[in-house]
Amino acid sequence: MAEAGKILSPPAGRQRERPDQRLNVIGTRMLRKEDPRFLIGRGHFIDDIELPNMADAAALRSPHAHARIKSIDANAARALPGVVCVITGEEAAQETGPLPCFANPTVEQRCLALGKVRHVGEPVALIVADSRYIAEDAAALIRVEYQPLPAVSDMMEAINSRGDTVLHPERGPDNIAEHRNYTFGPVEQEFAAAAHVVKRRLRWSRSGGQPLETAGAVASYDEGSGKFTIHVNGSMYNYIGFTIAAALKVPSHQVNIVPADAGGSFGSKLFLHKVSVLAALGARTSGRPVKYIEDRIDNITASDNHGSDRTYDVELALDASHRMTALRYRVVDDYGAYFQYGLGTHGNGFSQTVGPYRIRAVGAEIYAVFTNKCQQGACRGFGSEVTNFMIERIVDAAVEELNLDPIAFRHDNFIQPDEFPYQIPTGNLYDSGNYPGALEMAQQMLGYQDWRDKQQAARTQGRYVGIGIASCQEKGVFSATEFWMLNRSPGFALTSSPESASIKIDPTGKAVISLHAPCWGNSPETVAAMVLAEQLTLDPADISITYSDTDHGLPGTGPGGSRYTVMIAGAVTGAAAIIKEKLTRVAGHMLEADPRDLEFRQGKVGVKGAPGLEVSIAEIAMQAHFFRLSLPDDPTLTSGLDANYTYDHPLATLPKGEGDFGIFYPIMGHMCHMPVVEVDAETGEVSFLDYVAVHDCGTMINPMTVDGHVRGGTAQGIGTALLEEFRYDNNGQLLNTSFTDYLLPRVGNVPPQVRIGHLVTPSPYTEYGVKGAGEGGRMVAPPAVVSAIEDALRPLGVRIDTVPVPPSRLRALIREAQARRSR
Amino acid sequence: MTAMDDIEINVTVNGRTIKRRVEPRLLLTDFIRHEIGLTGTHVGCENGVCGACTVLLDGLATRACCTLAVQADGRRIETVESLGRLNNLSPLQRAFWEMHGLQCGYCTPGMLMLMTELLRENPTPDRDTIRARLNDNICRCTGYEDIVNSVERAVELMRAEGPVR
Repeated sequence: MAEAGKILSPPAGRQRERPDQRLNVIGTRMLRKEDPRFLIGRGHFIDDIELPNMADAAALRSPHAHARIKSIDANAARALPGVVCVITGEEAAQETGPLPCFANPTVEQRCLALGKVRHVGEPVALIVADSRYIAEDAAALIRVEYQPLPAVSDMMEAINSRGDTVLHPERGPDNIAEHRNYTFGPVEQEFAAAAHVVKRRLRWSRSGGQPLETAGAVASYDEGSGKFTIHVNGSMYNYIGFTIAAALKVPSHQVNIVPADAGGSFGSKLFLHKVSVLAALGARTSGRPVKYIEDRIDNITASDNHGSDRTYDVELALDASHRMTALRYRVVDDYGAYFQYGLGTHGNGFSQTVGPYRIRAVGAEIYAVFTNKCQQGACRGFGSEVTNFMIERIVDAAVEELNLDPIAFRHDNFIQPDEFPYQIPTGNLYDSGNYPGALEMAQQMLGYQDWRDKQQAARTQGRYVGIGIASCQEKGVFSATEFWMLNRSPGFALTSSPESASIKIDPTGKAVISLHAPCWGNSPETVAAMVLAEQLTLDPADISITYSDTDHGLPGTGPGGSRYTVMIAGAVTGAAAIIKEKLTRVAGHMLEADPRDLEFRQGKVGVKGAPGLEVSIAEIAMQAHFFRLSLPDDPTLTSGLDANYTYDHPLATLPKGEGDFGIFYPIMGHMCHMPVVEVDAETGEVSFLDYVAVHDCGTMINPMTVDGHVRGGTAQGIGTALLEEFRYDNNGQLLNTSFTDYLLPRVGNVPPQVRIGHLVTPSPYTEYGVKGAGEGGRMVAPPAVVSAIEDALRPLGVRIDTVPVPPSRLRALIREAQARRSR
Repeated sequence: MTAMDDIEINVTVNGRTIKRRVEPRLLLTDFIRHEIGLTGTHVGCENGVCGACTVLLDGLATRACCTLAVQADGRRIETVESLGRLNNLSPLQRAFWEMHGLQCGYCTPGMLMLMTELLRENPTPDRDTIRARLNDNICRCTGYEDIVNSVERAVELMRAEGPVR
């Protein structure tokens, strides 16, 4: 059992680059290296790839939520001129195995439904044709005889499903994918001793990343070598890409996965197994390269990456002096038809399940259920954004019920700056932080008291103005070790989540960095170039970046879980150390100086204290590449100037047991958001009067791109809070399958300005003290915005337990509250 | 299903005259991207909501995903490729770069064309005017504020360097 509190003998770190040094490039608002190609329309997105003799594929989608496939007649489709081939589920099953699944026991998902469809939009057949137009024409000619089965779309009903309503009868007699109880610390004792217990039922509805570019793949199959090449806009190919080869039933070296620029992901392209396998299957069957790109309906109905869909019954225990002591919840999570990452999205939340507070014990009962919906995957926060919502909602509930001050209550319960590194009851560690500092900065920036006065004045005029507060964690750098404790037997018990960088300095002194994970709309090229420029005093313009495919890839887990900046900073630092060692060795020889007396300055290596006694990196590189015989005859001094380095997780430990997950997600960022909203009680419309976002991601490599994540994530969080919801009816039909009715935030829905405050509490464990920031504002905006709306409507007694709250739902809540008051 | 005969169209794309025979149902996005090879114009929602496919048709911002190629017959098409190139970015492109007006870059060509239309109409739009026009298109990455800042910056650059082309 992990005992919460300050760790007196903190684990040793491997930090080489201290945060407190003087830095020249890191910390500047350097313009992004990625941008010029995008600005001139020359990105390399997946649909931009054209191969000779390439065919296009479309999928025939299931119109049923749950049905047996009795027969498929594709003769008319096959006869249509321009159709190359049609592949049904049964035919696909001859050539491919199940898609990768990281739950144990696994849940079988096929690239094309085999025997049964389990959600609307599930691919039933793949049509390969000379054009996408013909492929879609052909799809309309396929006759599928379905025998409908009862569908379940309500998560509570799913708990009790029996008989034909069960999606995966081979796995058990019900629709419970997993049911687990976790106890971290003395939960029962704390609740027994509590002076107050606050309870709420909370509902977080299903939304999704919904990047503007859908998922897709372009695959070719070389009959001569038996090898596939798969271009895909997904990630994790250098981590678990071999599982795609397994799905294609070929050895892993017979698949080369090539990355493309991703037009946004927000988690939804984390691991694109289905589109990869479909395109590759089409290529092998047709003998032509095949492009398969989801259209928007495919993406909304069958992306495999819907976000969390949870109902919480949560209880918070407090002592007589209003200190939070324990948190207990029962959560039902609707995972949809499959279970690719198992309980991963709950394990993620365990990394920060007490938020920034000194809560000593946590009890969690988790029901993961199957329903006839698209399965869950990753969505900016990977479940922890929902944990944050749950914590801040119950904190606000305590404030309301016990009539407390929302600022003072948080202050009194925060883990204090002198208590780090701090172990939370789940065993995870918070490396560093300054939560009171963030709250105070937000208060000051907002003019908190001033807004309270304005709020009072507004109320006297009958206006509903509210101030929201949310103090949330942003965990960074997953180790994936928590998966040990999520599966019943450790079916996914890895302990590595590395990232690599390769650096080559050419004979003229120009550098190429190869990254081993894709460009996902984040700024990997900018970050890698800035770190290398800092290390070698190179001009960032002299550094270019490429992305390795799996044939040439080193271990790389990829962007996700707010890890990538920390990890590539570590990988580039490690590779640069090797380069620097060789540069100084060669330079020492050229300058007839002891390498220990040398320093890097403005692209040169020179003798400390001797200005002018120096050689440029270009001169050293030329020497290293081409003049071996001028160097000492030492077998360790080979020609060239290059390095590979694989950076492992900066701080993780083995799990100790079900009550102690060990350290698995310790690089802890923090954010405090304070929105000010006005609610139009007549229409239910919410508008923003102000918005302050204070965040702490340690040392910032590039404050400009950090701001971008904060602002963009906040807009997404506002979408989650106010607009976005995949709405399924009782028959499992998805009612909003386009952006006409699945609403994404537009400029008119977000604050005109998000005022950002930077607090910098460097990590003692990462290079330069960097922490993650990629999941950004979406980790905190939903509870902050809801808190503000509730605060605005306090005179009416409106309580908000559900997101999203679009105007229709908010109007209903206002009407109910007004009816209650008039009774 | 009987395919209709191809129809010959004559269009001007970024100043270049192009004559092609196309299927009547061919979308303008597919014509621009896959027939002409100008892949800067992107496809997002495929039903006219997001604006990633925005091009200028006779100078007017148009959803190319909801336009047939045959509808462009005899007309002038401008795409992102008509703006500045790598070593000669236009003031608007430069402003997006300076002010972090893009992240993944997928909505960017549509945004640039939408704002090109605005800046031709009104070379000195205020913030509210920019926001009102920007409401036509969706960006999933930036939260919009940096795009508004970018357009304001473009106005400054254009004041110094001359109007948008």
